[in-house]
Amino acid sequence: RDFNERCAQCSEVNWGLTDGGRFYCRSCHNVTERTREVVNTDFITNSRVQTISKRLKKEGKNDGGCEWYICEGFQLVLKKQVEALEALGVCPQMKDEILCNFWRCYLQKSKQAYCKRPAGETVKALSVCESSTDVDSDPERPSLLHLLSLSESEGDLQTDCSFASSVSKVSESTSVYSGSVDGSLYLMKNQKEKLRMTMPMTLSFCYLALLWVREPITLSELLRFVVEGHIPYMNVFQHFPEKMKLCGLDLKIFCVESWPLYEEVFNKMHELAAFLDLPRFPDITESCFLHPDMLCMKYLMEANLPDELHNWTCRVVKKIGIGEVDFLTLMPGNKSTRKVKYDVLAAAVIVVVLKLLFLLDDHYEWLLSEFAEERNKNNTEVCMFYSGGPYFEFRKWYEVVKHSLDVEQKKLDEEKAKYLWRCEKPLFYSVKNKSKVLKRRQMVVNLQNQFGKLSGSVQRAEKPNPSSFQLSWSEENTDGSCFHGHSLKGVLQEKCGLLTTMNPDYWLCTVKLCNEKLCGHLAHYREVEFPQSYHFVLGLFSFLLRIQPSYIHDEVCMIEHRLFNKKLCKKLKYNTVLRK
Amino acid sequence: MDSFLEDYKEAPAVVVGGKRRRRSPATQAVLQPLLHLPFLPPQPVSSNEYKLNFKKSKEACLSYIQDALLQKQWKRAAEFLTCYVESLEKDYSREHIGPSEMIWRIGTEILWHHSQSRMKEFNCFMEQMKTLGVKRYLKVCLEHVFHLLCNGQIDEAYQNLSLAESWRFGEQTAIQDKEIKLIQAYRGLLDYCSWSKQKKILLEHGEDGFADLAVEQEMHGYFRKAAVNLKEIIKIPGVWDVFVKCYVDILHDIVPSHELMIDFNTMLQKSKKRKKRQLGLEVIFAALDYAGWKENAKAWSCLARQVKQIVISEKHLDWIKQEWNSRKDWWPDFHFSRYLAKRNWQENKSLSYEKALVAGILLGKDCKYFKYVSHQGCKTRVKRFRMLKKFVTRHNPVYLRISGPPDSSVQP
Repeated sequence: RDFNERCAQCSEVNWGLTDGGRFYCRSCHNVTERTREVVNTDFITNSRVQTISKRLKKEGKNDGGCEWYICEGFQLVLKKQVEALEALGVCPQMKDEILCNFWRCYLQKSKQAYCKRPAGETVKALSVCESSTDVDSDPERPSLLHLLSLSESEGDLQTDCSFASSVSKVSESTSVYSGSVDGSLYLMKNQKEKLRMTMPMTLSFCYLALLWVREPITLSELLRFVVEGHIPYMNVFQHFPEKMKLCGLDLKIFCVESWPLYEEVFNKMHELAAFLDLPRFPDITESCFLHPDMLCMKYLMEANLPDELHNWTCRVVKKIGIGEVDFLTLMPGNKSTRKVKYDVLAAAVIVVVLKLLFLLDDHYEWLLSEFAEERNKNNTEVCMFYSGGPYFEFRKWYEVVKHSLDVEQKKLDEEKAKYLWRCEKPLFYSVKNKSKVLKRRQMVVNLQNQFGKLSGSVQRAEKPNPSSFQLSWSEENTDGSCFHGHSLKGVLQEKCGLLTTMNPDYWLCTVKLCNEKLCGHLAHYREVEFPQSYHFVLGLFSFLLRIQPSYIHDEVCMIEHRLFNKKLCKKLKYNTVLRK
Repeated sequence: MDSFLEDYKEAPAVVVGGKRRRRSPATQAVLQPLLHLPFLPPQPVSSNEYKLNFKKSKEACLSYIQDALLQKQWKRAAEFLTCYVESLEKDYSREHIGPSEMIWRIGTEILWHHSQSRMKEFNCFMEQMKTLGVKRYLKVCLEHVFHLLCNGQIDEAYQNLSLAESWRFGEQTAIQDKEIKLIQAYRGLLDYCSWSKQKKILLEHGEDGFADLAVEQEMHGYFRKAAVNLKEIIKIPGVWDVFVKCYVDILHDIVPSHELMIDFNTMLQKSKKRKKRQLGLEVIFAALDYAGWKENAKAWSCLARQVKQIVISEKHLDWIKQEWNSRKDWWPDFHFSRYLAKRNWQENKSLSYEKALVAGILLGKDCKYFKYVSHQGCKTRVKRFRMLKKFVTRHNPVYLRISGPPDSSVQP
């Protein structure tokens, strides 16, 4: 961003970044040799690096542990994650060029490294851990309790407090305790301005990089891969080298006990992009996987819906302009454009199309289904072959999909209940409860062995191979459970040479959109207020994307707003005029 | 330009709260119900509902275990329990029932019912559970013992009981005293079992002419231990039927003149159950059959008390009759002779009082013993003797019912 030189060719100052991280002029597309990382060349002289090199000498001094900083830990995490992504097939540049640069940029901006003077507090951090005697007398030093309460992790704060109180009672050198050098500081400072690094944020980094390279992985997929274990997240600290001892407050930072939420990672990603002052991201064009046309096709297949619906999704996308490059491409820091959730958007488009065609008011779709069923009965197979597949019957589709969905949902629920959160590496807050922790761990392992044997032939299933599709339907099935090739003839009609829906009506999810900035949502979804069919469809995509139905509902409202707003305004105006 | 939307002649039916307002004629459906109130207060959609975290995951796990247990699917329960046990590594001190207790209870159920589970594993598991919580230690011990008993492993059960009995842990010992009492009770019970086994052996041997001193001593040892334990236990208010029965068996079997018989009778008298009270009467009569008790005021007071009570209530006179039947021929000479009356009066007024009461009831106011004692008592103007005289006089007809038709051997 400091790059203010004039372009050699056209003398403009309008720079962007290529995929390779080089600056290029947007006006004349002249690519320079300058890359982002060469912005600051005097990082070698900064004291952080000096400290690190000093550390290497100190290594091996105390029981094999070394001094390490929190950001180093995160760097390791990111490294592991991106390697996993590479194993999944992501292009290798992501690791060495993209993510690396993002991370360095982050370190620089948050003054943790690569800058002249890292936060003077780091020097203080060292002294905090070393001093032992006057711990309680120093009023400035925060108590362990206070630090624990500041951290963002949820849930077992009470338990931690009990640990904390037991630790802080004894004024040993472990009053502000962490294996890392700056663990306590990390939690203490008000880092709002500096965007403190957290575990969920590592995924934001990953996604940011994926988006830059325009890899065909959506955020919901990424999160699903994390939950399925293909991308390290939960207990990734167990891969830290032996000498990086993790204890005390480090646990608060690196040990998470909940899966990250889509919203969380998504919002952080945008914050991060703005924080890093990134330029406009590479364009999302029609041929890009993340374009709604493409994603709709994928989701239509996965939802076992007829391919013909794709025409309709494309029409809707075009009509409301959400297929435009400028709409889809990420421009960090631009507050006026809506942040796009590609996957949710595509799913919402499909929902809207279904509403357009089938109404989904718990009546019409079933009526249409009956008509289709009748016609299918009367047609012979030959007829069907020539007319392009049987009539699509909503009822049949519902039954088939619901059945599979229920089965998968049940499996998923059981997996969630059987999930093992702990790992082999023991975690303890202080040396004092180390033996207790180890004993407990041993007992847990014993019990697991004992009852594992009694579980019968049920073996813990191997991690399933990562798959982009959670539900798959094969056209070769003769039981007719695949609807891809079915025809929408039964719900369409021709009018003035144009193919249009038989359904003349549409119901809006909401009349007025909420102010997203105030309550965080465009609308508020409550199952009881909407038709069951609508709820079912939301539920289907909610399962596929692993997000709450209300997020999809929000996007549906947004799309409907764009589709019908003009008409609605006209009508309301007309009404008011009449009343007068 | 896409015009499919133009087909909507008007703006789509406006929805408030989600449900449609108007229907198209094509559908011929009933009109939807009227509008609800439009703008409901926005519910903050709690993202926590969908947040999957450790606690929620384990709660779900528990409910799966519960379902499996209810349906007796032990394998499935074991499967989920395997996943649940890591909760031990989290501190749940604020929860009402913590994971360690859950695991103990669930694990016990599974191991007990699962077809492939062996006693060895079960014992191993219980030992682990004992280390999990000091507050529960004795409870776990007791339950372990119960299971061992159910499985017929008496010796192991006994060992465990002894071990548990000797357990001390500061405050906890006092807090868990109920469990300790139970443990002692069961140990006494097992002692009793051993004793009866030994006795049986002894009897068999005795028939053959063998008198194994060691066995006999052992038997006595068991008896002593059992009796002491059981006596202690029974003192505590509560329902101790099983233990009482054992106590009865023991005492009944040995020479009924044992000193414990008195206490036993006292206890039995207090019982609400008729049978027990009757038994008490039997016991005390039996005890007084022996010369050793002739002069024992306490024993006589027991008998007197019980007899008096029966007479006053006028219920169960038949009990006395039954007991007296076998004794009426010799007790008068044995206990109630004139000579004894004089001697008792001289040596022990309380003894004579009690005996007089009994004699008066059993033999009537005209019997030697009673006449002498009450006369002496009234002479000395001791109040209770006057009361005694009144009482016996009032209830005089009773003795007739007890004794049956007057016997010529009864001296006036």
